[in-house]
Amino acid sequence: MSSKIISALYDDDDVLLKAVKDVRAAHHHIEEVYTPFPVHGLDKAMGLEPTRLAITSFMFGITGLGFAIWFLNLIMIEDWPQNIGGKPSFSFAENSPAFVPILFEMTVFFAAHLMVITFYMRSKIWPFRNAENPDPRTTDDKFLMEVAVDGNESDLTSLLEKTGAIEITVNEKKH
Amino acid sequence: MYTFSSKLKTFSIALMILGALGIAYGFFTAPKTTDDIKEMMQHAEDTHGATTEHTATTHDEHAEKHHLEHVLTQAQNRPWTAVYVAMLFFLLISVCILVFYAIQRASSAGWSPVLFRVMEGLTAYILPGSLIVLAFLVYSAMHGNHIFAWMYTSIDPTAENYDFAMETKDWWLNVPGWLIRSVIYVLIWVGFRHLIVKSSRAQDEATDIKHFNKSFTLSVVFLVVFFISELFMAFDWLMSIDHHWFSQLYPFYVFSSMLVSAITVIALVTVYLKSRGFLPNVNDSHVHDLGKYMFGFSIFWTYLWFNQFMLQWYANIPEEVVYFMPRLLGEYQPLFIGMVVMNFVFPVLILMNKDYKNKPWFLAIAGLIILAGHYIDIFVMIAPGTVGNELHFGIPEISAILFFLGLFIFVGFNGLTKAPLHAKGNPFMKESEVYHYY
Repeated sequence: MSSKIISALYDDDDVLLKAVKDVRAAHHHIEEVYTPFPVHGLDKAMGLEPTRLAITSFMFGITGLGFAIWFLNLIMIEDWPQNIGGKPSFSFAENSPAFVPILFEMTVFFAAHLMVITFYMRSKIWPFRNAENPDPRTTDDKFLMEVAVDGNESDLTSLLEKTGAIEITVNEKKH
Repeated sequence: MYTFSSKLKTFSIALMILGALGIAYGFFTAPKTTDDIKEMMQHAEDTHGATTEHTATTHDEHAEKHHLEHVLTQAQNRPWTAVYVAMLFFLLISVCILVFYAIQRASSAGWSPVLFRVMEGLTAYILPGSLIVLAFLVYSAMHGNHIFAWMYTSIDPTAENYDFAMETKDWWLNVPGWLIRSVIYVLIWVGFRHLIVKSSRAQDEATDIKHFNKSFTLSVVFLVVFFISELFMAFDWLMSIDHHWFSQLYPFYVFSSMLVSAITVIALVTVYLKSRGFLPNVNDSHVHDLGKYMFGFSIFWTYLWFNQFMLQWYANIPEEVVYFMPRLLGEYQPLFIGMVVMNFVFPVLILMNKDYKNKPWFLAIAGLIILAGHYIDIFVMIAPGTVGNELHFGIPEISAILFFLGLFIFVGFNGLTKAPLHAKGNPFMKESEVYHYY
């Protein structure tokens, strides 16, 4: 396995999408693609697995709901029983309509915040972390595709040129 | 071009005949006199062995007669209520299909033009459906039935039927004004349906997009006019049944219930037509989008259902909570709570997963449950106010559903045959055909 990486720069998302498909069809391994905005269908073209973030979000929501039920029962029924809406039943079930907005909000709160944190952790974005993208132009209007060199370097370069890359550079792998 | 298969036609006619027989049975078995009521009560006591409050008041002969007459009215209301719930359910579904269609037009949606003809065809039911409802309302106004209790009240304090609540409401809730407004609502819906569908069909052979632009303008105007008409329709046709009760959210709540039913009907018919090979341009993504709308509007319905209920439950003001007494604590409780399971818990759990939403048979099962849930919703809106606090659900109710379902299938699918299912003149057609994600 070679330790070299070829970076191909594109200036159009449709050209990039076509290039990704061509490169994969030629059995080259695409390490990463850097884009200034989400390109529709790119994850599928690169063969990435579907995200599991939605499943974590559902579990966080359930957690939030469970926490809210426990917490409301503790503060409104057990620890300091409250007379809610002139109906002093002191029962969680009978007072549950009053709790629904809070249950809902806590579910959303847990799901949203924990999902964002999970996304940051999974994407390795945390404070004081340096940007990973190799070319600052990918934050503006250019698209960059990194392909691992496997076999003949010039073959791959010519293939990338054919797909419409406007700039091709060969780098050593950093890690 | 869609042809109405003879199998489906026979099926819809069979439904109508079966329903008509059941409705006739409901009217035939309804008690005729107070003696019948006495007998029924006696019978109920014998079988259950319980002494009810009814017999506790027998000392006062006048009060007993009054009470028996009241029970008789409620029992006689039952077949009328069954018919009224079913006819309103299917009429409002077809009107809301037109609303959903107008929203697609007004927002220049690119995903849905392949479904436009399905929606246009199904709205054919608006005309016969609203004529039936109007006939029913005119008959009610002629005191043919006792569905609208406010028609039997008086604002004269010395009269026997004096009703304090009507003093402030009489300027709005009076029979002539009520009938005139009803005709106006129907004229709006039928008229706009006619104009929008006409310009849509004219676009098929057109060389410019004049008709398309006209459809856009008509849809925008229709949406504005519709929401005003729907607001007062819900007050007049539904909320006036409980004329002592107040809720400002009510019209929107009715609308949310019927809009999700309408989208479900569109999805069911689309899945059916696609399985028969009539909609070659409809792919997974279109079906998935309809599933998303079903999911989203189910939650929207729940939000309004809960809003209306929770505020009045919390405030605990007698004239407001009286509406929820038979529903939350009385015999209607299984329906009132059960429909939240059918209309919220169930759709949320089974339509949340992306892979389930584009499976036609899965969507069909979810759709049938959602439709049943929203029928119960309309039933629970009407029945406690007309039939009374005792829950009756049997042959008259089911027959009424069958009859109007048969009529809806017959008229709606006939409407589908009137124009090619592919609206080729629509400038967004290409976008809709290639529409695909994931």
